[in-house]
Amino acid sequence: MSALEPTKLVRPRASRDWSAADPGTAKSVAAALRRADFGDRLRSLALAAPLLVLLALSFGIPIVLLLSRAVYDPTIADALPQTSQALRGWNGTGLPDDAAFLALAADLRSNQAKGTAYELAKSLNARLPGARSQVLKTVRQLEAADRPPLEVMKAVPFWSAPGTWPVIESGTHSVTSFYLLSALDLRWNADGGIERVPPEQAIFVQVFMRTFFVAAAVTLATLILGFPLAYLIASVPKGLAAILIVAVLLPFWTSILVRTAAWTVLLQKFGLVNDLLLWLGVADDRLDLMYSRIGLIIAMTHIQLPFTLLPIYSVMRTIQPSQMKAAYSLGAKPFTAFRRVYLPQVFPGVMAGCLLTFILCLGYYITPALIGGASDQLISNFIASYVNVELNWEMAAALSFILLVFTLALFGIFARILGLDRLKLV
Amino acid sequence: MLLSPYPTTGERIRIALLWLWCGMVILFLLVPILIPVPLSFNSGAFFIFPLEGISTRWYEVVLGTQRWQAAIGNSLIVAFGTTLIATLLGTLTAIALSDEKFPGRRIVMPLLLSPLIVPVVITAVGSYLFYARVGLASTYAGIILAHTALASPFVVVTVGASLSGFDRNLMRAAAISGARPITSFFRVMLPLILPGVLSGAAFAFVTSFDEVVVVQFLASANQRTMPLEMFIGLREKLSPAITAAATLMMALSIVLLVVANVLARRGKQRPRID
Repeated sequence: MSALEPTKLVRPRASRDWSAADPGTAKSVAAALRRADFGDRLRSLALAAPLLVLLALSFGIPIVLLLSRAVYDPTIADALPQTSQALRGWNGTGLPDDAAFLALAADLRSNQAKGTAYELAKSLNARLPGARSQVLKTVRQLEAADRPPLEVMKAVPFWSAPGTWPVIESGTHSVTSFYLLSALDLRWNADGGIERVPPEQAIFVQVFMRTFFVAAAVTLATLILGFPLAYLIASVPKGLAAILIVAVLLPFWTSILVRTAAWTVLLQKFGLVNDLLLWLGVADDRLDLMYSRIGLIIAMTHIQLPFTLLPIYSVMRTIQPSQMKAAYSLGAKPFTAFRRVYLPQVFPGVMAGCLLTFILCLGYYITPALIGGASDQLISNFIASYVNVELNWEMAAALSFILLVFTLALFGIFARILGLDRLKLV
Repeated sequence: MLLSPYPTTGERIRIALLWLWCGMVILFLLVPILIPVPLSFNSGAFFIFPLEGISTRWYEVVLGTQRWQAAIGNSLIVAFGTTLIATLLGTLTAIALSDEKFPGRRIVMPLLLSPLIVPVVITAVGSYLFYARVGLASTYAGIILAHTALASPFVVVTVGASLSGFDRNLMRAAAISGARPITSFFRVMLPLILPGVLSGAAFAFVTSFDEVVVVQFLASANQRTMPLEMFIGLREKLSPAITAAATLMMALSIVLLVVANVLARRGKQRPRID
């Protein structure tokens, strides 16, 4: 480009403003420039506005709404107005007074009359396993009305059990930490401290650990497979490199679903992988690879390999081969030269590829759903099943919240140490 | 530069091992995506090699039965709708962002890219929750909106890349010559960044056409797309028709993405007008 490249030229439009101002004073020129500048900013903002508004509506609000469900659950408070009132003065230990029992009885009956008793039973059950049947049973007995309500309530042991009332009391507050704590297998104990839930109720820490384990295993596998190939592609002449890179890009351009479908075909009991294992003599018998952890990791490794490889390759191809030669000529052994000259330079690419693959693995849904067994479902699958099967939005929201925190934290690390520019793959 | 000028035996062995390892990795990369292709032409109903015979019966199932035809139709409606909106709005946003005067670029750019970062199940569940309240669940409009969020980052990035090679002085020249902004956009800027715009459009189309998680939550039985039909099929019963559908989808995405990448490269390398 020629020297004629005045990048900071004032736009011609601004000259109109100058003519209006006194040309003699620098101040008014500066003011006119500022006005023109402000107009430019406003115009570029207006250009971006449609997409920003659309993203806020179609993406931002849905996410915020979902996350708010993790901490805001007014169902119980709405369903039990009198009980909420009666529990105001309760100190939270032991059983509340009879007025609270009567208020609960009245609330249960009014829910029955409104036809919302089942809803209430369900949302209580989400916080207090077993509550559903107890609520419905009590409602039936209250309906029968052959005894005074207080007697009915006291006759059901559930309502006098030590754990029941604290949960009802916490339910009468619409803002709750219950679901977020549950997503980490934690709960409030009677003394106001946080404790682990009993082992038989704990599910989610294990699922998060499993998700991290699968993500780490896949990341490691893609690195072991991908690093040498990236090195080869970066070292061979251009024409050959182009052919090799196509072998990486073809699977990269095929959708995750199609690749998962291909793996369900390959991993069948009489599929190609088992044929190969038998032929090689690795296995004596056909293995059950479908619905297994190892099948899931193999398929995810295949899908993620280009994500790990491409950032490594893009760094490797910038490294001058002469540097390694210089190291050799200075007497370095190949391994020393590799470790002290090559590796430090490709390290950012390795970090970028591995972090990207690890982060993407945390959100996997399709592949575990189709290839994993019941004990290989990752956190996304639990979120989906809380929405589709259990209809427990609050729990789905809390799990989403935790998953999103992990994802964003890792991306924060990524952006901080590597810069967002490394997100571009080729 | 794999071998030094006077390679030792050890070096030769290391390089041979490297080639062997990489050959196996390439087989691992390519064989799985190529396997569905021959299977889709199998005349038998099983996935076992050797094939029983060549036939196009599974393509007749995918292209000829009402269920799959409806799914292909739905996929095309959603993908074209998404491509249109994402390309239009994404291009405008990329132009705005390419101006160094755009306020808050550092905040806006990560926000624009966030649909790619947030795990897709969270996006899908959130959309399902919100769209059901505003009457957009089980509508084409709802699916298109959600897909636009996922696809527009690709348009912003590719158009942004082609704009980084665009000389803004050309717009000033047009303005000095008396062209109104709208005229100079259509007559000067758009022709020059068109490869980038088309490449972004192809990315957006493929993103929407391949997407299955959001569709799974938002679509009713009437809006099942081709990937969703595949997903359901894979869960119920593995039929060779799925390998035919997979082959078709793979062919479409590869062709479109090859085009997108060639265009993107051309958009960036375009010679400047001096």
